[in-house]
Amino acid sequence: MKTVHFKIKRQLDKNSRPFWEDFEVPYRPGMNVIIALLDIAKNPVTKSGKKTTSIAWDCNCLEEVCGACTMVINGKVRQSCSALVDQLEKPIRLEPMSKFPVVRDLKVDRQFMFDALKRVKAWIPIDGTYDLGPGPKMSDQDQQTGYKLSQCMTCGCCVEVCPQFNDRSEFIGAAALSQVRLFNLHPTGKMQKEERLAAIMGEGGIEDCGNSQNCVKVCPKEIPLTTSIADLNRDTTLFALKKIFQG
Amino acid sequence: MSKPKIIVIGGGLAGLMTTIKIAELGGAVDLFSVVPVKRSHSVCAQGGINAAKNTKGEGDSVEKHFDDTIYGGDFLANQELPKKMCEAGPSIIDLLDRMGVMFNRTPEGNIDLRRFGGTLYHRTAFAGATTGQQMLYALDEQVRRAETENKVTKYEHWELLSLVFDGQKRARGIVAMNLYTMEVKAFKADAVVLATGGCGMIFGRSTNSTACTGSAASIAYQEGAYYANGEFIQVHPTAIPGEDKLRLMSESARGEGGRVWTYKEGKPWYFLEEWYPKYGNLVPRDVASRAIFKVVKEMGLGVDGKDVVYLDLSHIDSKKLDIKLGGIIEIYEKFIGDDPHKVPMKIFPAVHYSMGGLWIDTNHMTNISGLFAVGECEYQYHGANRLGANSLLSCIFGGTIAGPKALSYAKGLEKSSESDSSSLFDEASQKQISMNEKLLNSNGTENVFKLHEDLGNLMTDNVTVLRYNKNLEKTDQELQKLLERYKNIGLNDKTKNANPVLPFARQLYNMLHLARAITLGALKRNESRGAHYKPDFPDRNDAEFLKTSKVGWSEEGPKLEWEDVDSRWIKPRPRKYT
Repeated sequence: MKTVHFKIKRQLDKNSRPFWEDFEVPYRPGMNVIIALLDIAKNPVTKSGKKTTSIAWDCNCLEEVCGACTMVINGKVRQSCSALVDQLEKPIRLEPMSKFPVVRDLKVDRQFMFDALKRVKAWIPIDGTYDLGPGPKMSDQDQQTGYKLSQCMTCGCCVEVCPQFNDRSEFIGAAALSQVRLFNLHPTGKMQKEERLAAIMGEGGIEDCGNSQNCVKVCPKEIPLTTSIADLNRDTTLFALKKIFQG
Repeated sequence: MSKPKIIVIGGGLAGLMTTIKIAELGGAVDLFSVVPVKRSHSVCAQGGINAAKNTKGEGDSVEKHFDDTIYGGDFLANQELPKKMCEAGPSIIDLLDRMGVMFNRTPEGNIDLRRFGGTLYHRTAFAGATTGQQMLYALDEQVRRAETENKVTKYEHWELLSLVFDGQKRARGIVAMNLYTMEVKAFKADAVVLATGGCGMIFGRSTNSTACTGSAASIAYQEGAYYANGEFIQVHPTAIPGEDKLRLMSESARGEGGRVWTYKEGKPWYFLEEWYPKYGNLVPRDVASRAIFKVVKEMGLGVDGKDVVYLDLSHIDSKKLDIKLGGIIEIYEKFIGDDPHKVPMKIFPAVHYSMGGLWIDTNHMTNISGLFAVGECEYQYHGANRLGANSLLSCIFGGTIAGPKALSYAKGLEKSSESDSSSLFDEASQKQISMNEKLLNSNGTENVFKLHEDLGNLMTDNVTVLRYNKNLEKTDQELQKLLERYKNIGLNDKTKNANPVLPFARQLYNMLHLARAITLGALKRNESRGAHYKPDFPDRNDAEFLKTSKVGWSEEGPKLEWEDVDSRWIKPRPRKYT
């Protein structure tokens, strides 16, 4: 029987030491990393036949729209549902994302990402949910630009590979910045454009971007993150100048 | 009285809309979810949301939408809420648009509409092929805003373990478990709203996300809430087969011109177009799924002799496909490796949606005072078969009812839950802690994931497209055997930090009980209606079964009773799409 060899980085809680375990699972055509993890859950025994504890990992949609199952696979951050075994070098190495606190094994706490969305006010401040008639018209072209940006799953791939995003910095990361561009291009969102720009001009804001351009290469939704950042750089500069001249 | 406190469980579209409404009206919300709400299953909704906007000059109207919905549901739905839902449709699209949902546009900058199953009109607003994701994000953003205004407190990575009732059997709070730390804690509330989605995991593999276990609905059911029309499980005609998940290929693929076919005598055979010339590929889902079953299982005409047929987009303009269906094309490419621009996709029906759910009244309250339900976990809107793109509408509309009704219920209480004795809550959480301890100490030989696989196979084989009483009786016996085997489980993991097995063990127990309720409904309904099809009873039987099935839990097993359907506006007529 053909099998696939996995090496999985384990860590039972945030304070304990990480360790590696090896697993062997039966190969099936078209299988993904999730199928292998489900196999291991049914029979948590290592390659050398030792019984072990279950592996913890996050997942939900299994079709790469929720962002939950993000991990580092063979050194590359990505969603494990769309990581097909046939396309991966063996043994397959699974590790948790390194930029977030490990909860357990492959499960990390990405609350920072959601908090960053609060900081940049990533929403349209509607007057209320009562019937106020239709929203603003929008061109087909603007819709397509906005739609691309609004597919961000807050998965964290962009910040995992960002050299500026680490314990020593407050940098909010590309995902949150790109959301500022999204809301600032919306016909209603535009009205609070300056508030959002102000929010990314302080510490941890856009100036912390080191322009490594790693983020755009790993975004699973191919969101033009570096274009967003360049765009915002221009907007924040103009905004800063405006503030100077208007006192 | 202080600000009423409402607990909302579930942060998909229905839960978030409920939350937004309560916060807007001045209530305080504690929002619980097993995943960060932005990762809820609503992200998987692809094709769009229905509303009779009539912007294509076709003469569409709210009345026609209502009629299509009731007819599509084979007349089983009580008509009041669906009617109100269809009436609210156009203003709901406006609201979502104002929240910034990136709906596709027409050249004039208006919201574009496309066709969907079970209607002859362009009635479906859409954001590419990820409409659910886009809508969820818009509501998530509004809730995040409410959080910064201290109107909402989120408890993400918390799972419901039990409901807390007072002496009058009114819901007064919950016991929940933190999935990171395993902490078990009771929370007080003046009303509790379940917005916990569907139960696809009961069928093992489905188009549902892994969080869709139906566990929370089952907890309510085991506490005395009725589970209604549970036998109506929608099997979506077009999904990609897979071992971990059956990935949905949206009905919008056919709405945009996609065709379903297989080879017959060496030539492509467009069997839906041949059998249903009026609706063609856009017959409702129950009809399309049965047709594919017939072609594959009865006639043996699956592609290459396998359980698949083609869903073909390859004749459609490539640019149009990217703009309107990009999301699903990407899924097919990533998971299968073939390019749907060029080659037809291989698809097969898959369990997709539960029309049934917790029984609620027209205020969205269950038969337990203070316990509300909204979204896929309730039963009111879709009758015996849901029309595509009506689910997103029912989630949002339901939220606009459930939220305000839960709040007004809470305001009408003579005393707030804050004054309830804390011993009530201490006892409730202690009970759950003991259950967890017992599970953690279980050393039996059964593996919960393996038991779940057996449950899924049993339900998929017997309680989906084709149903036979003999098999359904056997299924219930097998479910009872699974409950017996459950007593002999062993948790290989005793750890108390983010233990992945303990929550699943608890969900599985609840899934088994809900599976029995679903199976009983299927067994007792001796007719064919919508998604429920019995070859031995091939016709709809209004005289006996134009009725809602209501299953109540008891120690001896599920008990079924029937309730009349409110058909006030549209009288039942034969349903055919030829």
